[in-house]
Amino acid sequence: MGYKVIIRENWCKGCYICLSVCPKNVFEKAGLLDDRGIIVSKAVRPENCIGCQMCADHCPDLAITVEKEDE
Amino acid sequence: MPIEKKKTHLKAGKYFMQGDEACAEGAVAAGCTFFAGYPITPASEIMETIVRRFEEEKRVFVQMEDEIASMGAIVGASWTGAKSMTATSGPGFSLKMENLGYAIMTETPCVVVDVQRVGPSTGQATRTAQGDLMQARWGTHGEHTIIALSPWSVEEAFYETVRAFNLAEEFRTPVIILMEEATGHLRETVAVREAIEIFNRVEEGNGAPFGGEEPLDAVPPMPRFGTGHRLLVTGSTHDPHGYRKTQDRVTQERLLSHLQQKIEYHKERIVQWEEYELDDAETVLISFGFAARAALKAVKDARKKGIKAGLMRLKTVWPMPTERFETLAAQAKTLIVPEMNFGQLRGEVQRFTGGKKVIGVNRADGEVITPESILRAVEGGTSL
Amino acid sequence: MKQEYLKYIRDNVFPTAFCPGCGHGILLNAFVSALGELDYDQDNLVLVSGIGCGGWIASPHMNTDTLHTTHGRAIPFAIGVKLANPKLKVVVISGDGDLTTIGGNHLIHAARRRIPITVICGNNNIYGMTGGQASATTPVGAKTMTTPLGNDYRPFDLVKLVKGAGGEHVYRYTAFHAMQMKKAFKDVLQKDDFSFFDILTGCPVQYGRRNELREPAKMIQWMKDNSVLYSGEYHDDKIMVGKF
Repeated sequence: MGYKVIIRENWCKGCYICLSVCPKNVFEKAGLLDDRGIIVSKAVRPENCIGCQMCADHCPDLAITVEKEDE
Repeated sequence: MPIEKKKTHLKAGKYFMQGDEACAEGAVAAGCTFFAGYPITPASEIMETIVRRFEEEKRVFVQMEDEIASMGAIVGASWTGAKSMTATSGPGFSLKMENLGYAIMTETPCVVVDVQRVGPSTGQATRTAQGDLMQARWGTHGEHTIIALSPWSVEEAFYETVRAFNLAEEFRTPVIILMEEATGHLRETVAVREAIEIFNRVEEGNGAPFGGEEPLDAVPPMPRFGTGHRLLVTGSTHDPHGYRKTQDRVTQERLLSHLQQKIEYHKERIVQWEEYELDDAETVLISFGFAARAALKAVKDARKKGIKAGLMRLKTVWPMPTERFETLAAQAKTLIVPEMNFGQLRGEVQRFTGGKKVIGVNRADGEVITPESILRAVEGGTSL
Repeated sequence: MKQEYLKYIRDNVFPTAFCPGCGHGILLNAFVSALGELDYDQDNLVLVSGIGCGGWIASPHMNTDTLHTTHGRAIPFAIGVKLANPKLKVVVISGDGDLTTIGGNHLIHAARRRIPITVICGNNNIYGMTGGQASATTPVGAKTMTTPLGNDYRPFDLVKLVKGAGGEHVYRYTAFHAMQMKKAFKDVLQKDDFSFFDILTGCPVQYGRRNELREPAKMIQWMKDNSVLYSGEYHDDKIMVGKF
């Protein structure tokens, strides 16, 4: 059973708190600026996610949802 | 219908009471259910009367930590649907100014009483004055429009307070009652009628909860908190739905125009005055509040001496009946404004006389202006 | 943030106007999540705020009745709402400059009276919106726009201030303690008492950049490293967190 890490990228401001609080190194900075000029956060290793919600609870922009993957 | 005929809490009949008490009784009769106050001379008796009445009637009274807080509290209460009020005097009136502006900007009905005492600053707490006429108009910052009423007797303190609540509800705006210490502490007879007409705000209706939509002079409906409207109330420039628009000039202009037009375009429902012996008057007196009592006596004395004098007494001081100033200025040979300050009303009248000079009779030493001093001006055409 | 909790916010105003990494957003997140986990009636909730960044946490982001008032005066407005309609849950959310500096008098009197409202101070130790001036909670030595050589004056300890004034149900957490904060919000949302929260939100932009905490992640780590859970002993040199 795994988790889906959804990032509402148009709400993300690239503070990277999610990178720092994630215990499983799920996130990385995007490789490119988006059209607002922001390097957003990407959930590049969602398979590592343990569903602890640290990223979702600490996101100042309410941009992250972590959901259980459907069986 | 927003207009309701309502029995007063007092039995119909004659009562002997103080101006401050009459103001409080008028508030109770008008349906005021929330009062926040702070002690200050010479307005404390309003709060004291309210405390007694509200205990009987199970309404909400709170003594706040300062004048700023009491003004804030009545605005908050108003958004729950309550008719709310605070009362103060000069130093407290100064402190209320910021939240008064907030009430104007957010279109929050409420009533603010200023029982004027001598200023500036602490001045003379137990002495009378009319020095806050311009503060009532322009005390809070920024372009705005205000309604202010000026009762000249204890009986009028009762009925003008009722009218203040009605205007606040009808136009969704704070209304100021500008009394003087002399009226606040005066004891006179008040004839209380069986029933009075009261206006209750329109809570539900078409359109957004704030002004700015066409027609700009229309008063928007005011839903109350807790009814699912999820209101956005802010003192920042906002669109008709309450969203802050702090960089947008069109929103600012429309909001400002709305706040002005909803009052200025409906002056006929707001502006009241009384005329005494003006039909053939060559000497026209214009006055308000307690000073107008002396002015009326001076007119009567002048008539006895064969001088064709008359009086216009403002009941609503803001907005002013400026069109009538113009016609009276055209009719009069002499225009005199008696008031208990150095010429705040005179300056306003002067703007509408087509250049005809207005003579002031002024007193600002804490004593009431006398009919004799006014009569001397009527006879001599001088200002001293 | 669960998808179904988004009904408590006005998504048309997102992304927020806050700077990247602003702890006020974490406070907002915790408050929304608390409502969501309780399935709280958003139409019986009035959120009152003052001026400054902290005043924007609720207004316009929260999809409830909101009253965005004048600078420092949120508490008196909230008291008016609560006393006039005691059935409503009234929560004040504002900043340290607003609630404790210009509006400090109202805070201590609300605590003294134990008016049944919740007051949440998003305390970032600085005036953010106006450009980073010192507030009543700026630590001694901290550099701000108005204290370029370091702040000379002692700050308020808001927990002690509110408790000293008579307030009960007093909490402190930092932006690092998002989950504990959420749980405490849930506790007070279900009660009709006075309660107070000193939430150290941190301001990476106006405070952090002048005080070696420019990176939001570094500020969160600093909060974690310097806080101690209160269990009867209060250390003035630490950030004491928990219920007091």
